[in-house]
Amino acid sequence: METGGIMTTQTLGVEKSRERIKTRINMGMGMGIFLLPLIWMDTTTYFTLTVAGISLGMLIFLIASGLTLIFGLMDVLNLAHAAFFAFGAYAGAAVLNGFDSLGWISTASLPESLLYLVSALLAAGLTGAVLGIATETLVIRKVYGDHLMQLLVTVGVSFVIVEILKIVWGVNNEVVPVPMGFQDSFILWGVFIEYFRVVAIVLGIGVFAGLQFVLKKTKIGIIVRAGVENREIVKTTGYNISRIFTLIFAAGAALAATGGIMMAVFNQAVDPGMGDQFLIFALIVVIIGGMGSVTGSFIGAVMVGLSFNYVAYLIPKMALGVNFMIMAVILLIRPKGLFGKE
Amino acid sequence: MSDPILSLDAVHTHIGRHHILQGVSFSVASGGATILLGRNGAGKSTVLKTIMGLFPASGGKIVFKGQAVERKKTHEIARMGMGYVPEDRAVLFNLTVEENFCLSMIVENEKTHERLNEVLELFPALKKFWKTRAGLLSGGQKQMLAIARVFVCDHSLLLIDEPSKGLAPIIVDQLGESLLRIKDKTKVILVEQNFNLARQVGSDCFILDDGRVVHHGLIQDLAEDKALMKKYLGIG
Ligand SMILES: Nc1ncnc2c1ncn2[C@@H]1O[C@H](COP(=O)(O)OP(=O)(O)OP(=O)(O)O)[C@@H](O)[C@H]1O
Ligand SMILES: [Mg+2]
Repeated sequence: METGGIMTTQTLGVEKSRERIKTRINMGMGMGIFLLPLIWMDTTTYFTLTVAGISLGMLIFLIASGLTLIFGLMDVLNLAHAAFFAFGAYAGAAVLNGFDSLGWISTASLPESLLYLVSALLAAGLTGAVLGIATETLVIRKVYGDHLMQLLVTVGVSFVIVEILKIVWGVNNEVVPVPMGFQDSFILWGVFIEYFRVVAIVLGIGVFAGLQFVLKKTKIGIIVRAGVENREIVKTTGYNISRIFTLIFAAGAALAATGGIMMAVFNQAVDPGMGDQFLIFALIVVIIGGMGSVTGSFIGAVMVGLSFNYVAYLIPKMALGVNFMIMAVILLIRPKGLFGKE
Repeated sequence: MSDPILSLDAVHTHIGRHHILQGVSFSVASGGATILLGRNGAGKSTVLKTIMGLFPASGGKIVFKGQAVERKKTHEIARMGMGYVPEDRAVLFNLTVEENFCLSMIVENEKTHERLNEVLELFPALKKFWKTRAGLLSGGQKQMLAIARVFVCDHSLLLIDEPSKGLAPIIVDQLGESLLRIKDKTKVILVEQNFNLARQVGSDCFILDDGRVVHHGLIQDLAEDKALMKKYLGIG
Protein backbone atom coordinates (compact mmCIF):
# COMPACT_ATOMS: atom_id res chain seq x y z
CA MET A 1 0.00 0.00 0.00
CA GLU A 2 2.58 2.50 1.23
CA THR A 3 5.08 1.86 -1.57
CA GLY A 4 2.25 1.91 -4.07
CA GLY A 5 1.39 5.38 -2.93
CA ILE A 6 4.96 6.58 -3.22
CA MET A 7 5.35 5.00 -6.66
CA THR A 8 2.33 6.85 -7.94
CA THR A 9 3.58 10.14 -6.62
CA GLN A 10 6.96 9.54 -8.27
CA THR A 11 5.51 8.61 -11.62
CA LEU A 12 3.24 11.62 -11.37
CA GLY A 13 6.30 13.79 -10.76
CA VAL A 14 8.16 12.34 -13.73
CA GLU A 15 5.15 12.79 -15.98
CA LYS A 16 4.76 16.34 -14.86
CA SER A 17 8.37 17.26 -15.69
CA ARG A 18 8.14 15.38 -18.97
CA GLU A 19 5.02 17.39 -19.74
CA ARG A 20 6.90 20.57 -18.87
CA ILE A 21 9.82 19.70 -21.16
CA LYS A 22 7.38 18.94 -23.96
CA THR A 23 5.70 22.31 -23.49
CA ARG A 24 9.10 24.03 -23.60
CA ILE A 25 10.04 22.24 -26.82
CA ASN A 26 6.70 23.19 -28.35
CA MET A 27 7.11 26.79 -27.33
CA GLY A 28 10.68 26.83 -28.66
CA MET A 29 9.50 25.44 -31.99
CA GLY A 30 6.68 27.93 -32.02
CA MET A 31 9.08 30.83 -31.62
CA GLY A 32 11.41 29.26 -34.20
CA ILE A 33 8.67 29.49 -36.81
CA PHE A 34 8.68 33.24 -36.39
CA LEU A 35 12.37 33.34 -37.40
CA LEU A 36 11.50 31.54 -40.64
CA PRO A 37 10.76 34.73 -42.63
CA LEU A 38 14.48 35.60 -42.30
CA ILE A 39 15.13 33.13 -45.13
CA TRP A 40 13.33 35.39 -47.59
CA MET A 41 14.21 38.87 -46.32
CA ASP A 42 17.13 40.86 -44.92
CA THR A 43 17.37 41.51 -41.22
CA THR A 44 16.40 45.19 -41.46
CA THR A 45 13.13 44.38 -43.20
CA TYR A 46 12.56 41.58 -40.73
CA PHE A 47 13.11 43.88 -37.79
CA THR A 48 10.82 46.55 -39.26
CA LEU A 49 8.07 44.01 -39.84
CA THR A 50 8.56 42.53 -36.38
CA VAL A 51 8.13 45.87 -34.62
CA ALA A 52 5.08 46.62 -36.78
CA GLY A 53 3.72 43.14 -36.12
CA ILE A 54 4.12 43.38 -32.36
CA SER A 55 2.45 46.79 -32.21
CA LEU A 56 -0.41 45.57 -34.40
CA GLY A 57 -0.61 42.54 -32.11
CA MET A 58 -0.92 44.81 -29.08
CA LEU A 59 -3.80 46.69 -30.70
CA ILE A 60 -5.50 43.41 -31.47
CA PHE A 61 -4.84 42.34 -27.89
CA LEU A 62 -6.82 45.32 -26.60
CA ILE A 63 -9.98 44.23 -28.39
CA ALA A 64 -9.25 40.54 -27.79
CA SER A 65 -8.73 41.03 -24.06
CA GLY A 66 -12.21 42.54 -23.81
CA LEU A 67 -13.54 39.56 -25.70
CA THR A 68 -11.63 37.24 -23.37
CA LEU A 69 -13.49 38.73 -20.43
CA ILE A 70 -16.93 38.70 -22.04
CA PHE A 71 -16.77 35.58 -24.19
CA GLY A 72 -13.96 33.59 -22.56
CA LEU A 73 -14.77 34.20 -18.91
CA MET A 74 -18.48 35.06 -18.86
CA ASP A 75 -19.34 32.77 -21.79
CA VAL A 76 -21.46 35.43 -23.49
CA LEU A 77 -21.44 35.49 -27.28
CA ASN A 78 -21.34 39.21 -27.77
CA LEU A 79 -21.57 40.37 -31.37
CA ALA A 80 -21.91 43.96 -30.17
CA HIS A 81 -18.22 43.90 -29.31
CA ALA A 82 -17.37 45.31 -32.74
CA ALA A 83 -19.87 48.11 -32.18
CA PHE A 84 -18.26 48.99 -28.82
CA PHE A 85 -14.95 49.09 -30.66
CA ALA A 86 -16.27 51.43 -33.38
CA PHE A 87 -18.10 53.67 -30.92
CA GLY A 88 -14.95 54.00 -28.81
CA ALA A 89 -13.00 54.91 -31.93
CA TYR A 90 -15.47 57.69 -32.82
CA ALA A 91 -15.69 58.99 -29.24
CA GLY A 92 -11.90 59.17 -28.97
CA ALA A 93 -11.63 60.70 -32.44
CA ALA A 94 -14.12 63.39 -31.40
CA VAL A 95 -11.79 64.35 -28.57
CA LEU A 96 -8.82 64.51 -30.93
CA ASN A 97 -10.88 66.57 -33.38
CA GLY A 98 -11.69 68.94 -30.54
CA PHE A 99 -8.02 69.46 -29.81
CA ASP A 100 -7.39 69.80 -33.54
CA SER A 101 -9.92 72.61 -33.90
CA LEU A 102 -7.90 74.46 -31.28
CA GLY A 103 -4.86 73.92 -33.46
CA TRP A 104 -3.08 71.83 -30.86
CA ILE A 105 -2.74 68.56 -32.73
CA SER A 106 -0.51 69.68 -35.58
CA THR A 107 1.98 71.32 -33.25
CA ALA A 108 1.97 68.75 -30.45
CA SER A 109 5.27 67.69 -28.95
CA LEU A 110 5.64 64.08 -27.87
CA PRO A 111 4.51 64.67 -24.24
CA GLU A 112 1.59 66.79 -25.48
CA SER A 113 0.67 64.08 -27.96
CA LEU A 114 0.64 61.56 -25.15
CA LEU A 115 -1.62 63.81 -23.11
CA TYR A 116 -4.09 64.16 -26.01
CA LEU A 117 -4.04 60.41 -26.61
CA VAL A 118 -4.68 59.67 -22.93
CA SER A 119 -7.70 62.03 -23.03
CA ALA A 120 -8.99 60.24 -26.11
CA LEU A 121 -8.41 56.86 -24.45
CA LEU A 122 -10.30 57.96 -21.35
CA ALA A 123 -13.20 59.25 -23.43
CA ALA A 124 -13.32 56.00 -25.39
CA GLY A 125 -12.99 53.86 -22.27
CA LEU A 126 -15.75 55.70 -20.44
CA THR A 127 -18.07 55.57 -23.44
CA GLY A 128 -17.37 51.86 -23.77
CA ALA A 129 -18.03 51.27 -20.07
CA VAL A 130 -21.34 53.14 -20.25
CA LEU A 131 -22.39 51.19 -23.36
CA GLY A 132 -21.34 47.98 -21.64
CA ILE A 133 -23.31 48.71 -18.47
CA ALA A 134 -26.40 49.60 -20.50
CA THR A 135 -26.12 46.52 -22.71
CA GLU A 136 -25.57 44.17 -19.78
CA THR A 137 -28.36 45.46 -17.57
CA LEU A 138 -30.95 45.98 -20.31
CA VAL A 139 -30.30 43.00 -22.53
CA ILE A 140 -27.62 40.48 -21.61
CA ARG A 141 -28.85 39.88 -18.07
CA LYS A 142 -31.93 38.13 -19.40
CA VAL A 143 -30.08 35.76 -21.71
CA TYR A 144 -27.21 34.35 -19.63
CA GLY A 145 -26.65 30.72 -20.52
CA ASP A 146 -28.55 30.93 -23.82
CA HIS A 147 -26.09 31.30 -26.68
CA LEU A 148 -28.65 31.53 -29.46
CA MET A 149 -30.54 34.34 -27.73
CA GLN A 150 -27.24 36.08 -27.01
CA LEU A 151 -26.38 36.04 -30.71
CA LEU A 152 -29.77 37.42 -31.64
CA VAL A 153 -29.97 40.18 -29.08
CA THR A 154 -26.38 41.32 -29.46
CA VAL A 155 -26.83 41.59 -33.23
CA GLY A 156 -29.74 43.86 -32.39
CA VAL A 157 -27.70 45.90 -29.92
CA SER A 158 -24.94 46.14 -32.49
CA PHE A 159 -27.32 47.61 -35.10
CA VAL A 160 -28.68 50.12 -32.61
CA ILE A 161 -25.22 51.29 -31.54
CA VAL A 162 -23.94 51.63 -35.10
CA GLU A 163 -27.10 53.53 -36.12
CA ILE A 164 -26.65 55.95 -33.21
CA LEU A 165 -23.04 56.33 -34.25
CA LYS A 166 -24.07 57.19 -37.80
CA ILE A 167 -26.63 59.73 -36.59
CA VAL A 168 -24.10 61.45 -34.35
CA TRP A 169 -21.02 61.33 -36.57
CA GLY A 170 -22.28 60.57 -40.08
CA VAL A 171 -22.03 57.53 -42.32
CA ASN A 172 -18.74 58.25 -44.09
CA ASN A 173 -15.11 57.52 -43.31
CA GLU A 174 -13.51 60.29 -41.34
CA VAL A 175 -9.85 61.21 -41.10
CA VAL A 176 -8.52 61.07 -37.56
CA PRO A 177 -6.03 63.82 -36.68
CA VAL A 178 -2.92 62.15 -35.33
CA PRO A 179 -0.97 64.24 -32.78
CA MET A 180 2.24 65.45 -34.39
CA GLY A 181 4.50 63.87 -31.78
CA PHE A 182 3.41 60.41 -32.92
CA GLN A 183 4.35 61.01 -36.54
CA ASP A 184 7.98 61.31 -35.52
CA SER A 185 10.16 58.31 -35.30
CA PHE A 186 13.51 57.29 -33.90
CA ILE A 187 16.16 54.99 -35.30
CA LEU A 188 16.94 51.68 -33.65
CA TRP A 189 19.41 49.29 -35.28
CA GLY A 190 19.07 51.11 -38.58
CA VAL A 191 15.29 50.99 -38.58
CA PHE A 192 12.85 53.87 -38.28
CA ILE A 193 10.34 53.25 -35.50
CA GLU A 194 7.34 55.54 -35.05
CA TYR A 195 6.67 56.62 -31.52
CA PHE A 196 3.04 55.57 -31.79
CA ARG A 197 4.11 51.95 -32.25
CA VAL A 198 6.02 52.13 -29.00
CA VAL A 199 2.98 53.67 -27.31
CA ALA A 200 0.83 50.82 -28.62
CA ILE A 201 3.27 48.23 -27.32
CA VAL A 202 3.56 49.89 -23.91
CA LEU A 203 -0.23 50.20 -23.62
CA GLY A 204 -0.76 46.57 -24.62
CA ILE A 205 1.78 45.30 -22.11
CA GLY A 206 0.33 47.61 -19.47
CA VAL A 207 -3.22 46.35 -20.01
CA PHE A 208 -1.95 42.77 -19.97
CA ALA A 209 -0.07 43.26 -16.71
CA GLY A 210 -2.95 45.20 -15.15
CA LEU A 211 -5.51 42.54 -16.03
CA GLN A 212 -3.29 39.76 -14.75
CA PHE A 213 -2.68 41.64 -11.54
CA VAL A 214 -6.33 42.40 -10.91
CA LEU A 215 -7.51 38.89 -11.77
CA LYS A 216 -4.77 36.99 -9.94
CA LYS A 217 -3.80 39.14 -7.00
CA THR A 218 -6.76 41.19 -5.82
CA LYS A 219 -9.91 40.33 -3.96
CA ILE A 220 -12.09 41.67 -6.75
CA GLY A 221 -10.21 39.32 -9.10
CA ILE A 222 -10.92 36.38 -6.81
CA ILE A 223 -14.62 37.33 -6.71
CA VAL A 224 -14.72 37.63 -10.50
CA ARG A 225 -13.09 34.25 -11.08
CA ALA A 226 -15.36 32.70 -8.46
CA GLY A 227 -18.46 34.29 -10.00
CA VAL A 228 -17.60 32.90 -13.39
CA GLU A 229 -17.10 29.42 -11.96
CA ASN A 230 -20.02 29.10 -9.56
CA ARG A 231 -22.60 31.83 -9.12
CA GLU A 232 -24.45 30.11 -6.34
CA ILE A 233 -21.49 29.98 -3.95
CA VAL A 234 -20.67 33.61 -4.63
CA LYS A 235 -24.25 34.67 -3.94
CA THR A 236 -24.61 32.64 -0.78
CA THR A 237 -21.30 34.02 0.47
CA GLY A 238 -22.81 37.50 0.32
CA TYR A 239 -21.72 39.09 -2.95
CA ASN A 240 -24.06 40.77 -5.40
CA ILE A 241 -23.41 38.59 -8.41
CA SER A 242 -25.30 40.71 -10.91
CA ARG A 243 -23.18 43.72 -10.04
CA ILE A 244 -20.04 41.61 -10.56
CA PHE A 245 -21.23 40.52 -13.99
CA THR A 246 -22.09 44.07 -14.96
CA LEU A 247 -18.59 45.08 -13.92
CA ILE A 248 -16.87 42.41 -16.01
CA PHE A 249 -19.01 43.24 -19.02
CA ALA A 250 -18.32 46.96 -18.65
CA ALA A 251 -14.58 46.31 -18.39
CA GLY A 252 -14.68 44.18 -21.54
CA ALA A 253 -16.60 46.85 -23.44
CA ALA A 254 -14.22 49.58 -22.24
CA LEU A 255 -11.25 47.55 -23.46
CA ALA A 256 -12.89 47.14 -26.86
CA ALA A 257 -13.51 50.87 -27.02
CA THR A 258 -9.92 51.80 -26.15
CA GLY A 259 -8.80 49.28 -28.75
CA GLY A 260 -11.02 51.19 -31.17
CA ILE A 261 -9.44 54.61 -30.68
CA MET A 262 -5.93 53.11 -30.77
CA MET A 263 -6.73 51.41 -34.07
CA ALA A 264 -8.26 54.65 -35.36
CA VAL A 265 -5.06 56.56 -34.65
CA PHE A 266 -3.01 53.70 -36.10
CA ASN A 267 -5.00 53.77 -39.36
CA GLN A 268 -5.61 57.55 -39.16
CA ALA A 269 -9.27 56.92 -40.02
CA VAL A 270 -12.59 55.77 -38.64
CA ASP A 271 -15.61 54.26 -40.36
CA PRO A 272 -18.82 52.87 -38.89
CA GLY A 273 -18.07 49.28 -39.88
CA MET A 274 -14.46 49.31 -38.69
CA GLY A 275 -15.16 46.93 -35.84
CA ASP A 276 -16.09 43.94 -37.94
CA GLN A 277 -12.72 43.05 -39.43
CA PHE A 278 -10.99 43.41 -36.08
CA LEU A 279 -13.62 41.35 -34.33
CA ILE A 280 -12.57 38.46 -36.58
CA PHE A 281 -8.94 38.98 -35.56
CA ALA A 282 -9.98 39.10 -31.93
CA LEU A 283 -12.06 35.93 -32.20
CA ILE A 284 -9.12 34.11 -33.78
CA VAL A 285 -6.88 35.36 -30.97
CA VAL A 286 -9.24 34.26 -28.21
CA ILE A 287 -9.61 30.82 -29.78
CA ILE A 288 -5.85 30.42 -30.35
CA GLY A 289 -5.09 31.53 -26.81
CA GLY A 290 -7.73 29.41 -25.11
CA MET A 291 -11.05 30.62 -23.78
CA GLY A 292 -10.78 32.90 -20.79
CA SER A 293 -6.97 32.99 -20.68
CA VAL A 294 -5.56 36.52 -20.66
CA THR A 295 -2.04 35.19 -21.20
CA GLY A 296 -3.31 33.10 -24.09
CA SER A 297 -4.93 36.03 -25.83
CA PHE A 298 -1.80 38.13 -25.30
CA ILE A 299 0.42 35.54 -26.97
CA GLY A 300 -2.24 34.80 -29.59
CA ALA A 301 -2.46 38.51 -30.44
CA VAL A 302 1.31 38.80 -30.93
CA MET A 303 1.28 35.70 -33.15
CA VAL A 304 -1.54 37.08 -35.27
CA GLY A 305 0.05 40.52 -35.53
CA LEU A 306 3.45 39.11 -36.53
CA SER A 307 2.26 36.58 -39.06
CA PHE A 308 -0.06 39.14 -40.63
CA ASN A 309 2.87 41.49 -41.20
CA TYR A 310 5.38 38.89 -42.44
CA VAL A 311 2.93 37.29 -44.80
CA ALA A 312 1.58 40.63 -46.02
CA TYR A 313 5.15 41.43 -47.11
CA LEU A 314 5.94 38.05 -48.63
CA ILE A 315 2.61 36.95 -50.12
CA PRO A 316 0.18 39.90 -49.70
CA LYS A 317 -2.86 37.89 -50.77
CA MET A 318 -2.32 35.37 -47.97
CA ALA A 319 -2.13 37.91 -45.14
CA LEU A 320 -5.60 37.27 -43.71
CA GLY A 321 -5.73 33.60 -44.57
CA VAL A 322 -2.57 32.74 -42.68
CA ASN A 323 -4.26 33.54 -39.39
CA PHE A 324 -6.99 31.04 -40.08
CA MET A 325 -4.30 28.51 -40.92
CA ILE A 326 -2.51 29.17 -37.63
CA MET A 327 -5.79 28.78 -35.80
CA ALA A 328 -6.53 25.49 -37.54
CA VAL A 329 -3.06 24.08 -36.80
CA ILE A 330 -3.19 25.11 -33.15
CA LEU A 331 -6.66 23.65 -32.69
CA LEU A 332 -5.45 20.40 -34.23
CA ILE A 333 -2.56 20.19 -31.75
CA ARG A 334 -4.38 21.69 -28.76
CA PRO A 335 -8.16 21.63 -29.21
CA LYS A 336 -8.65 23.98 -26.25
CA GLY A 337 -6.15 26.55 -27.51
CA LEU A 338 -2.68 27.35 -26.20
CA PHE A 339 -3.65 28.12 -22.62
CA GLY A 340 -7.13 26.59 -22.49
CA LYS A 341 -7.91 24.37 -19.54
CA GLU A 342 -8.26 20.71 -20.53
CA MET B 1 -38.01 29.00 24.48
CA SER B 2 -36.17 32.23 23.70
CA ASP B 3 -37.09 34.36 20.69
CA PRO B 4 -36.69 32.33 17.51
CA ILE B 5 -33.75 33.39 15.33
CA LEU B 6 -35.50 31.96 12.28
CA SER B 7 -39.08 31.01 11.67
CA LEU B 8 -40.94 29.69 8.64
CA ASP B 9 -44.69 30.10 8.43
CA ALA B 10 -46.58 28.07 5.82
CA VAL B 11 -43.81 28.34 3.26
CA HIS B 12 -44.53 27.06 -0.24
CA THR B 13 -41.95 26.57 -2.98
CA HIS B 14 -42.53 25.73 -6.61
CA ILE B 15 -39.74 24.49 -8.82
CA GLY B 16 -40.95 24.84 -12.37
CA ARG B 17 -44.45 23.45 -12.26
CA HIS B 18 -43.72 21.16 -9.32
CA HIS B 19 -45.13 22.12 -5.95
CA ILE B 20 -42.25 20.98 -3.75
CA LEU B 21 -42.74 22.63 -0.35
CA GLN B 22 -46.39 22.55 0.63
CA GLY B 23 -46.64 24.75 3.68
CA VAL B 24 -43.55 24.25 5.80
CA SER B 25 -43.71 25.80 9.25
CA PHE B 26 -41.12 25.60 11.99
CA SER B 27 -38.97 27.87 14.05
CA VAL B 28 -35.60 27.51 15.69
CA ALA B 29 -34.29 29.22 18.79
CA SER B 30 -30.78 30.60 18.90
CA GLY B 31 -28.12 28.34 20.33
CA GLY B 32 -27.36 24.71 19.60
CA ALA B 33 -28.09 22.67 16.51
CA THR B 34 -31.47 21.86 14.99
CA ILE B 35 -31.68 18.75 12.83
CA LEU B 36 -33.80 18.34 9.69
CA LEU B 37 -34.48 14.71 8.87
CA GLY B 38 -36.48 13.04 6.12
CA ARG B 39 -36.12 10.48 3.38
CA ASN B 40 -34.54 11.25 -0.01
CA GLY B 41 -36.61 13.74 -1.93
CA ALA B 42 -38.54 14.86 1.16
CA GLY B 43 -37.59 18.47 0.48
CA LYS B 44 -34.83 19.09 3.03
CA SER B 45 -32.42 20.75 0.62
CA THR B 46 -35.27 22.75 -0.87
CA VAL B 47 -36.09 24.12 2.58
CA LEU B 48 -32.51 25.35 3.05
CA LYS B 49 -32.39 26.83 -0.46
CA THR B 50 -35.68 28.61 0.05
CA ILE B 51 -34.49 30.09 3.35
CA MET B 52 -31.33 31.25 1.57
CA GLY B 53 -33.37 32.85 -1.22
CA LEU B 54 -32.00 30.54 -3.92
CA PHE B 55 -35.53 29.42 -4.71
CA PRO B 56 -38.23 32.08 -4.36
CA ALA B 57 -40.91 31.15 -1.85
CA SER B 58 -44.24 31.13 -3.68
CA GLY B 59 -46.12 31.66 -0.43
CA GLY B 60 -45.66 32.05 3.30
CA LYS B 61 -43.32 34.02 5.52
CA ILE B 62 -39.71 33.57 6.50
CA VAL B 63 -38.44 35.73 9.36
CA PHE B 64 -34.74 35.90 10.19
CA LYS B 65 -33.58 37.97 13.15
CA GLY B 66 -36.90 39.78 13.20
CA GLN B 67 -36.91 40.71 9.50
CA ALA B 68 -39.00 39.22 6.72
CA VAL B 69 -36.51 37.76 4.22
CA GLU B 70 -38.66 35.82 1.76
CA ARG B 71 -38.41 38.62 -0.81
CA LYS B 72 -34.77 39.46 -0.20
CA LYS B 73 -31.89 38.62 -2.52
CA THR B 74 -29.57 35.79 -1.57
CA HIS B 75 -26.56 38.02 -1.02
CA GLU B 76 -28.57 40.32 1.24
CA ILE B 77 -29.69 37.38 3.36
CA ALA B 78 -26.08 36.18 3.57
CA ARG B 79 -24.95 39.64 4.68
CA MET B 80 -27.53 39.55 7.48
CA GLY B 81 -25.50 36.73 8.99
CA MET B 82 -26.69 33.54 7.37
CA GLY B 83 -24.08 31.03 6.21
CA TYR B 84 -24.85 28.16 3.85
CA VAL B 85 -23.02 24.94 3.00
CA PRO B 86 -24.74 23.18 0.09
CA GLU B 87 -24.73 19.42 -0.22
CA ASP B 88 -22.40 19.01 -3.19
CA ARG B 89 -18.96 19.88 -1.80
CA ALA B 90 -19.32 23.38 -3.02
CA VAL B 91 -15.89 24.91 -3.19
CA LEU B 92 -14.39 26.89 -6.01
CA PHE B 93 -12.29 24.37 -7.88
CA ASN B 94 -10.25 26.92 -9.82
CA LEU B 95 -9.30 28.88 -6.73
CA THR B 96 -6.62 27.82 -4.28
CA VAL B 97 -7.55 26.90 -0.73
CA GLU B 98 -6.26 30.30 0.35
CA GLU B 99 -8.38 32.10 -2.25
CA ASN B 100 -11.44 30.09 -1.22
CA PHE B 101 -11.01 31.42 2.32
CA CYS B 102 -10.30 34.91 1.06
CA LEU B 103 -13.57 34.83 -0.88
CA SER B 104 -15.54 33.79 2.16
CA MET B 105 -14.33 36.74 4.22
CA ILE B 106 -16.91 39.34 3.22
CA VAL B 107 -15.43 41.53 5.89
CA GLU B 108 -11.75 41.26 6.75
CA ASN B 109 -10.51 42.31 10.13
CA GLU B 110 -8.48 41.02 13.04
CA LYS B 111 -11.40 38.96 14.24
CA THR B 112 -11.89 37.08 10.97
CA HIS B 113 -8.17 36.36 10.79
CA GLU B 114 -8.29 35.03 14.33
CA ARG B 115 -11.22 32.81 13.36
CA LEU B 116 -9.30 31.64 10.31
CA ASN B 117 -6.46 30.47 12.54
CA GLU B 118 -8.93 28.62 14.78
CA VAL B 119 -10.57 26.99 11.79
CA LEU B 120 -7.22 25.87 10.39
CA GLU B 121 -6.44 24.25 13.73
CA LEU B 122 -9.71 22.37 13.35
CA PHE B 123 -8.81 21.27 9.82
CA PRO B 124 -5.00 21.00 9.66
CA ALA B 125 -5.14 19.28 6.27
CA LEU B 126 -6.32 22.51 4.69
CA LYS B 127 -3.25 24.34 5.93
CA LYS B 128 -1.05 21.77 4.22
CA PHE B 129 -2.76 22.44 0.88
CA TRP B 130 -2.95 26.21 1.34
CA LYS B 131 -1.65 27.08 -2.14
CA THR B 132 -3.25 24.10 -3.91
CA ARG B 133 -6.17 24.46 -6.30
CA ALA B 134 -9.24 23.23 -4.46
CA GLY B 135 -10.20 21.10 -7.48
CA LEU B 136 -7.21 18.89 -6.72
CA LEU B 137 -8.26 18.12 -3.15
CA SER B 138 -9.80 14.75 -2.29
CA GLY B 139 -13.54 14.53 -1.84
CA GLY B 140 -13.27 14.62 1.93
CA GLN B 141 -10.87 17.54 1.89
CA LYS B 142 -13.20 19.46 -0.40
CA GLN B 143 -16.04 18.82 2.02
CA MET B 144 -13.90 20.10 4.90
CA LEU B 145 -13.05 23.22 2.93
CA ALA B 146 -16.71 23.76 2.04
CA ILE B 147 -17.59 23.73 5.73
CA ALA B 148 -14.49 25.47 7.02
CA ARG B 149 -14.87 28.41 4.66
CA VAL B 150 -18.20 29.43 6.20
CA PHE B 151 -16.80 29.13 9.71
CA VAL B 152 -14.44 32.08 9.27
CA CYS B 153 -17.28 34.57 9.12
CA ASP B 154 -19.22 35.70 12.13
CA HIS B 155 -22.60 34.22 11.18
CA SER B 156 -25.62 34.09 13.43
CA LEU B 157 -27.05 31.04 11.66
CA LEU B 158 -25.47 28.30 9.58
CA LEU B 159 -27.42 26.06 7.19
CA ILE B 160 -25.46 22.89 6.54
CA ASP B 161 -26.73 20.32 4.05
CA GLU B 162 -25.58 16.73 4.58
CA PRO B 163 -21.94 17.33 5.45
CA SER B 164 -21.23 13.64 6.04
CA LYS B 165 -22.25 12.53 2.54
CA GLY B 166 -19.62 10.20 1.12
CA LEU B 167 -17.08 10.67 3.91
CA ALA B 168 -15.13 7.85 5.58
CA PRO B 169 -16.39 6.98 9.11
CA ILE B 170 -13.28 8.38 10.78
CA ILE B 171 -13.69 11.68 8.96
CA VAL B 172 -17.36 11.75 9.96
CA ASP B 173 -16.21 11.47 13.60
CA GLN B 174 -13.87 14.42 13.12
CA LEU B 175 -16.66 16.34 11.46
CA GLY B 176 -18.93 15.59 14.41
CA GLU B 177 -16.34 17.07 16.76
CA SER B 178 -15.95 20.23 14.77
CA LEU B 179 -19.73 20.62 14.48
CA LEU B 180 -20.00 20.24 18.25
CA ARG B 181 -17.50 23.06 18.71
CA ILE B 182 -19.20 25.27 16.17
CA LYS B 183 -22.72 24.91 17.51
CA ASP B 184 -21.57 26.25 20.86
CA LYS B 185 -20.85 29.57 19.18
CA THR B 186 -23.25 29.65 16.25
CA LYS B 187 -26.76 28.40 15.70
CA VAL B 188 -26.78 25.55 13.17
CA ILE B 189 -29.54 23.97 11.11
CA LEU B 190 -28.21 20.65 9.99
CA VAL B 191 -29.68 18.35 7.35
CA GLU B 192 -28.23 14.94 8.08
CA GLN B 193 -29.00 11.39 7.02
CA ASN B 194 -26.34 9.92 9.28
CA PHE B 195 -28.48 9.39 12.35
CA ASN B 196 -25.56 8.86 14.73
CA LEU B 197 -23.95 12.11 13.70
CA ALA B 198 -27.28 13.91 13.96
CA ARG B 199 -27.86 12.51 17.45
CA GLN B 200 -24.34 13.42 18.55
CA VAL B 201 -24.65 17.05 17.44
CA GLY B 202 -28.30 18.02 17.80
CA SER B 203 -31.22 17.89 20.15
CA ASP B 204 -34.21 19.65 18.56
CA CYS B 205 -35.32 17.84 15.43
CA PHE B 206 -37.89 18.17 12.65
CA ILE B 207 -38.90 15.48 10.20
CA LEU B 208 -39.97 16.48 6.70
CA ASP B 209 -42.01 14.33 4.36
CA ASP B 210 -43.45 15.24 0.98
CA GLY B 211 -42.74 18.92 1.52
CA ARG B 212 -44.33 19.18 4.96
CA VAL B 213 -43.13 19.01 8.56
CA VAL B 214 -44.60 15.79 9.97
CA HIS B 215 -42.88 15.55 13.32
CA HIS B 216 -41.12 17.75 15.88
CA GLY B 217 -39.35 16.53 18.99
CA LEU B 218 -36.04 15.71 20.61
CA ILE B 219 -33.78 13.56 18.52
CA GLN B 220 -32.96 11.46 21.62
CA ASP B 221 -36.65 10.56 22.00
CA LEU B 222 -36.90 9.81 18.30
CA ALA B 223 -34.22 7.16 18.67
CA GLU B 224 -36.60 5.29 20.99
CA ASP B 225 -39.62 5.62 18.69
CA LYS B 226 -39.04 2.74 16.30
CA ALA B 227 -42.41 3.09 14.57
CA LEU B 228 -41.85 6.76 13.70
CA MET B 229 -38.32 6.09 12.54
CA LYS B 230 -39.51 3.35 10.23
CA LYS B 231 -42.42 5.35 8.88
CA TYR B 232 -40.55 8.52 7.93
CA LEU B 233 -36.90 7.57 7.73
CA GLY B 234 -37.03 3.92 6.79
CA ILE B 235 -34.65 3.08 9.64
CA GLY B 236 -34.99 0.22 12.13
N1 LIG C 1 -33.94 21.91 -9.52
C1 LIG C 1 -34.99 21.07 -9.40
N2 LIG C 1 -35.83 20.88 -10.43
C2 LIG C 1 -36.89 20.04 -10.32
N3 LIG C 1 -37.17 19.35 -9.22
C3 LIG C 1 -36.37 19.49 -8.16
C4 LIG C 1 -35.23 20.34 -8.20
N4 LIG C 1 -34.61 20.29 -7.01
C5 LIG C 1 -35.33 19.42 -6.27
N5 LIG C 1 -36.39 18.95 -6.96
C6 LIG C 1 -37.40 18.00 -6.46
O1 LIG C 1 -37.84 18.45 -5.22
C7 LIG C 1 -38.02 17.37 -4.33
C8 LIG C 1 -37.27 17.63 -3.04
O2 LIG C 1 -35.88 17.66 -3.34
P1 LIG C 1 -34.78 17.97 -2.25
O3 LIG C 1 -33.49 18.05 -2.94
O4 LIG C 1 -35.22 19.12 -1.44
O5 LIG C 1 -34.84 16.65 -1.36
P2 LIG C 1 -33.93 16.22 -0.15
O6 LIG C 1 -34.84 15.98 0.99
O7 LIG C 1 -32.83 17.17 0.05
O8 LIG C 1 -33.38 14.83 -0.67
P3 LIG C 1 -31.93 14.14 -0.49
O9 LIG C 1 -31.94 13.50 0.84
O10 LIG C 1 -31.89 13.15 -1.59
O11 LIG C 1 -30.91 15.20 -0.62
C9 LIG C 1 -37.57 16.13 -5.05
O12 LIG C 1 -38.69 15.42 -5.49
C10 LIG C 1 -36.79 16.64 -6.22
O13 LIG C 1 -36.97 15.81 -7.33
MG1 LIG D 1 -30.82 17.09 -0.22
